[in-house]
Amino acid sequence: MTTITQRQQDEKNANSLLKDQRNQKIIFWIFLAPALFSFSMVQIIPFAIGVYYSFTNWSATAQPSIDFVGLTNYFEAFKDPTFLYATIITSIYTLFNIILVNVIAFSLALLVTSTLKGRNIYRAGFFLPNVIGGIILGYIWKFIFNQFVPSIAGAAGFTYLSENLMLGDSKTALMAMVIVSTWQSAGYIMMIYVAALQNVPKDLLEAAQIDGANAWQRFKNIIIPMVMPAFTVTLFLTLVSSFKQFDVNVSLTNGGPSTMFMGKAIKGTVLLAMNISETSTISLNTAQAQAKAIVFFLVLVTFSLIQVYVTKKREVEL
Amino acid sequence: MSNKRIILRNISEVLTIALVIMFLIPLFLVLINASKTNNEIIQTPLAMPTSWSTLITNIQNILSNPNIGYSQALFNSVIITVFSLTGITIFSAMAAWVLLRTRTKLSSAIFTLFVAAMVIPFQVVMFPLVKWFGIFQGFTGIPMLRSYFGIIVAYIGFGSSLSIFMFHGFMKSIPHEIEEAAYVDGCGKFKTFFLIVLPILKPIYVTVLILNGIWIWNDFLLPMLVLGKGTPVQTIPLAVNNFAGAFLVSWDLMMTAILLALIPIVFFFILAQKHIIKGMVEGSVK
Repeated sequence: MTTITQRQQDEKNANSLLKDQRNQKIIFWIFLAPALFSFSMVQIIPFAIGVYYSFTNWSATAQPSIDFVGLTNYFEAFKDPTFLYATIITSIYTLFNIILVNVIAFSLALLVTSTLKGRNIYRAGFFLPNVIGGIILGYIWKFIFNQFVPSIAGAAGFTYLSENLMLGDSKTALMAMVIVSTWQSAGYIMMIYVAALQNVPKDLLEAAQIDGANAWQRFKNIIIPMVMPAFTVTLFLTLVSSFKQFDVNVSLTNGGPSTMFMGKAIKGTVLLAMNISETSTISLNTAQAQAKAIVFFLVLVTFSLIQVYVTKKREVEL
Repeated sequence: MSNKRIILRNISEVLTIALVIMFLIPLFLVLINASKTNNEIIQTPLAMPTSWSTLITNIQNILSNPNIGYSQALFNSVIITVFSLTGITIFSAMAAWVLLRTRTKLSSAIFTLFVAAMVIPFQVVMFPLVKWFGIFQGFTGIPMLRSYFGIIVAYIGFGSSLSIFMFHGFMKSIPHEIEEAAYVDGCGKFKTFFLIVLPILKPIYVTVLILNGIWIWNDFLLPMLVLGKGTPVQTIPLAVNNFAGAFLVSWDLMMTAILLALIPIVFFFILAQKHIIKGMVEGSVK
């Protein structure tokens, strides 16, 4: 008698356990479904299509069939002078941007972490440009470079600046883009430094002061090493965001003015992201745009891997 | 404090104020030049406006200008941002929760996929995305291109990676026992999630909202591809860009259009600056 009931009980338990597991599975998929659906719609499926299409002759115009062409697009992309030019000026732009943004952001961070009365207001003031979209602030600065700068330069007697528009020459226009993106992101990067500077222990600095370390020695031997991890973060943030710059490029220069490169007249300030775009929208060669985008992607993956490596290595050392 | 230090502090206070003013001059220039006629701007972009009533006239011009369609664009931007944010936060929190609490290989593989996708630059998926949306639309009849639905799905898809990652990280710190207690008390999974887990997520929820909100509000390339240029559904950045294409010589109207585009975001920043700065910095460090 008891054995039967025991067995029945076991079966019942096993059944409810099975039912529970099945329920768990259903719940798992119900909860995951909306996010996974949208994610697949815009990332997984387009990524797969995108990789495949980089090996075809996909064009932005109507075509009877899309055919496999192997690595042709990649070879063509590397032979394309506009792509080479975009890679060069994107590197220059990125280098200047990293230096300028970080130097300014770190200096501002030192100012707003000292004992100033209005430091919270100042932080907010420096941060504000960062919440404005790249398109809109590009147009604001277009006005500044085209109207405001010539006007004050003329009044101050700098005839060179009043007669030559910064956006009128491809070299100065690239620097104009550096100025705009520095203005946009310095306040943001500043806040990351602020967080790091606030973590520097006060008693450590005081102890050093008592031991006779002067301001420069404290800065060099305590503050800088303590802020090093933040440098890794800000360096990669500015590196990746400069490399991907698109919005300011569109609104401030729209790729112009033209310049000579390898004996050809090309648009002088087209960064990589814009070059990829234009390969499809202007040259109508979407497959080649895909090939360039994949190369672009691989470079960014390399940056990320280096960042992970550097961060991990530092964690081990600590 | 010694005299020398007080003087030094006052000098840096004045210096910082000067720097803040320098930083904000571009925005100030927008305001004063939106209050002038085009001739006045070309003569002296620095001068204060002769009469602020010009600002009202300029604003009326912009609002009635069919080329910018400001009120419609504002409405669209609000609808798209609000629905995308609601979707991103709830769906990502739900996904992050089951991905964390289900300990299977499949579950961790899906989580890795979401996180790994963060390195994919938009340029790789943008043209295939438009193509795929077109194919999907053709098969199912669900409007994906030039529609609210399509762009909201797109934002949920692109926003889910970072959001799931952040929710996942935060949820690790919530003790499992709270949920088990609720379960023992007869709470189903849905009830447990919406009544117990979701309220605990509030601090990270605000961060995720802000990070995605600022991105979506300012985004340009995705709406340009999914909604198209000059179609009935335009967002504010698109509207400003369309307007610039047609009116870049009339700086008075351009400045007014920019001013109107700035007002909502600057107003929001002033209201919630503490949360915004904190949220955006947290998002970056992760």
